Amino acid sequence: MTRAVVTGIGIASPNGLGPTAYWRATLHGEAAIKPITRFDSANYWAKIAGEVPGFEAGRHLQGRLLPQTDHMTRLTLVGTDWALRGAGVQPNDIPDTDIAVITAATAGGYEFGQRELQKLWHQGPEYVSAYQSFAWFYAVNTGQISIRHGTRGPGAVVVSEQAGGIDSIGHARRQLRKGVKLALTGGMDSSLCPWAWVAHQASGCLSRNNNPRRAYLPFDRDASGYVAGEGGAIMVVETPESAAERPGTRIYGEIVGYAATFDSRMPSREPGLKRAAELALRDAGMDASEIDVVFADAAGIPELDKAEAEAIKGIFGPFGVPVTAPKTMTGRLFAGGGSLDVASAILSIYWSAIPPTVNVENPVPEYELDLVMNEARHGKVKAALVLGRGKGGFNSAMVVREYR
Amino acid sequence: MSRRAVITGVGVVAPGGIGTKAYWKLLSEGRTATRIITHFDASPYRSRMAGEADFDPVREGLSPQEIRRLDRAAQFAVVAGREAMADSGIEFDQLDPGRIGVSLGTAVGCTTSLEREFIVGSDRGKYWEVDQSYAVPHLYDYFTPSSMATELAWTVGAEGPVSVVSTGCTSGLDSVGYAAELIMEGSADVVVTGGTEAPLSPITVVCFDVIRASSTRNDDPTTACRPFDKTRDGLVLGEGSAIIVLEELEHARARGAHIYGEVAGFASRCNAYHMTGLHPEGIEMSDAINIALKQARSDATDVGYINAHGSGTKQNDLHETAAFKRSLGAHAYKTPVSGFKSMIGHSLGAIGSLEIVGSLLAFEENLIPPTANLHEPDPECDLDYVPLVAREAKVNTVLTVGSGFGGFQSAMVLKKVEGAGR
Repeated sequence: MTRAVVTGIGIASPNGLGPTAYWRATLHGEAAIKPITRFDSANYWAKIAGEVPGFEAGRHLQGRLLPQTDHMTRLTLVGTDWALRGAGVQPNDIPDTDIAVITAATAGGYEFGQRELQKLWHQGPEYVSAYQSFAWFYAVNTGQISIRHGTRGPGAVVVSEQAGGIDSIGHARRQLRKGVKLALTGGMDSSLCPWAWVAHQASGCLSRNNNPRRAYLPFDRDASGYVAGEGGAIMVVETPESAAERPGTRIYGEIVGYAATFDSRMPSREPGLKRAAELALRDAGMDASEIDVVFADAAGIPELDKAEAEAIKGIFGPFGVPVTAPKTMTGRLFAGGGSLDVASAILSIYWSAIPPTVNVENPVPEYELDLVMNEARHGKVKAALVLGRGKGGFNSAMVVREYR
Repeated sequence: MSRRAVITGVGVVAPGGIGTKAYWKLLSEGRTATRIITHFDASPYRSRMAGEADFDPVREGLSPQEIRRLDRAAQFAVVAGREAMADSGIEFDQLDPGRIGVSLGTAVGCTTSLEREFIVGSDRGKYWEVDQSYAVPHLYDYFTPSSMATELAWTVGAEGPVSVVSTGCTSGLDSVGYAAELIMEGSADVVVTGGTEAPLSPITVVCFDVIRASSTRNDDPTTACRPFDKTRDGLVLGEGSAIIVLEELEHARARGAHIYGEVAGFASRCNAYHMTGLHPEGIEMSDAINIALKQARSDATDVGYINAHGSGTKQNDLHETAAFKRSLGAHAYKTPVSGFKSMIGHSLGAIGSLEIVGSLLAFEENLIPPTANLHEPDPECDLDYVPLVAREAKVNTVLTVGSGFGGFQSAMVLKKVEGAGR
């Protein structure tokens, strides 16, 4: 079977731009949830978010791209540049038809869309941007990456709410198996504008606690919802043969297992997260005892935390595996979240360290989780399981392993 | 033995009629269902026409709760999904739910509901800071189109892999291609797939107005979409849904199912050229066609019918005509080509699935639906576009293609399956 290795990682996270800055901050437990600055939150009950600071799109992208892109597309394009640079891929290294682009989306370029809706309804149709036809839609990031890097292989966009960041990487691996050499994959997301914010509030999932240190507390007895954030990860995933054609290419790790399941609406049915994890392990041909850390979905919603804890306990036993949720530092990044978790798992393997879960002080004892709290744990990490869930019933699991 | 993905059930909501029968009647008679928009007052806009579905959610059996909760596009998917489930003859509650998946295509999701709620929350765009007190409970479901896959998954009782595939105007082909991959790799035995779109709201109409992609033949809406005709002047929007039950071949055979056909080959390509423009040479679409044919173990000469993208823009007509010639060579000139958008308009992320279903019905009925409104062929488009009137033909292999904003080019090869019952 064709193997899939990660050779480039582009990260834009509230606590760091680029894999080095992100990893340093994440190992140190640097939380980046703060009062919202991107719009005036005075009239909204939720007032904190994980914003990516210091991102100046104009420093990275040509001026002509700015009027035609939403913030999330700019993050995506810059993240992709970084991932390709990290992987040492030069134009023409790989035939353009052998490169796939598979991204995840949740709500598209929402801020761009709000601006154009406002123009349409307040000023009139003639004021709407010619770029509205594509700048906001879900497919935009894949299209823009393809154009920017001249890739002419397969393109796709998967939308499965917050599980999509994992699904996109799973689908990228599928493309490698179908014959492409390299895939640009993952998700970067942003929906920090008033019109998106009203929708986030309506989800019933945001915490009503506006203290950045007390708002998003997965597995804690004070869990009260999550905090929304922006950012994510775009990765270069390729076959080992393709990586070997560029001598000196660093291989961070390998994607060895993936599965997705869905929760029935019938309460009598067991939630599908455990099944996703088991199927991903089976896909990897691995036993649970070989997993050194679980990157949890960590919803921060009591019943979902409980379900996840039961799934983890069901596979690994009580306190059977270290569990962590670095997203407690950034908030949940929607289409970007699952991808950033996979990137974090890969970095854990590469740097032999498990990043901590922050702010959680009182984990629910009945969950019987070995939660990595406050301090990173250093030591060999050979394999990690990444879990993700999306509102509506989506479950995804991915197994990553050191490359041998 | 490799796993193969076959179609055993179809359901349709389309302009001109609800249900597969009404849809086929329209296509086979070569009638058009494009008209002046009635969903809202379109008089301020440049293009005021669309293929609208006469869809009454109450008559189609949706509950008051479903009608309140669901965007029109999700309602379409549920109604078409129920028809497809019944048509397949599968007793879904007897299957292992973990082996049932969903892959749903949509380009613009719940835009219609989002725009409606935006108008209220922003008081017609007066306020940047949208008023939180006017948020409806299901606003988050409209915010992300994955909610529509959730709804379809609930409808069929799926607990396997579920997602939306959103690649603009190729979504309806790509979602089915994705579903076929799930079956072939063994992740599911049955995947309920297809596309849905209800994009007819001012913001979508304006999107196409401002780039002058849509037709302005507002005085003659029933003949406005004219693919391959030299008088064409752009696309006409549409809405609808086609849902397809895709099943692993042996699974279908074991229960003696009627098999419409096989998704024998599928490929997508990015054109790396322009977000809305097409290169006239059609290289990437041709690449997609070649790969799909190879995967189907078919030669170009096996193709008995090409279901074109046929959006009604000149750049599209030249682009795909070039792609067909590039891939099929001399055989392209002997192969009937037709475009359904001339009849039902362009329903963005749904149309690819509607075209798949129409192509499968062409297998069933030995009849190729025509390209409507094609009276004055463009001399630069010199293939056989089956103008105006359907043509009897026994077809065993269909090529269907799509092309979309973002540079997406997709091709699918559908094949008749021998010994397929009925």
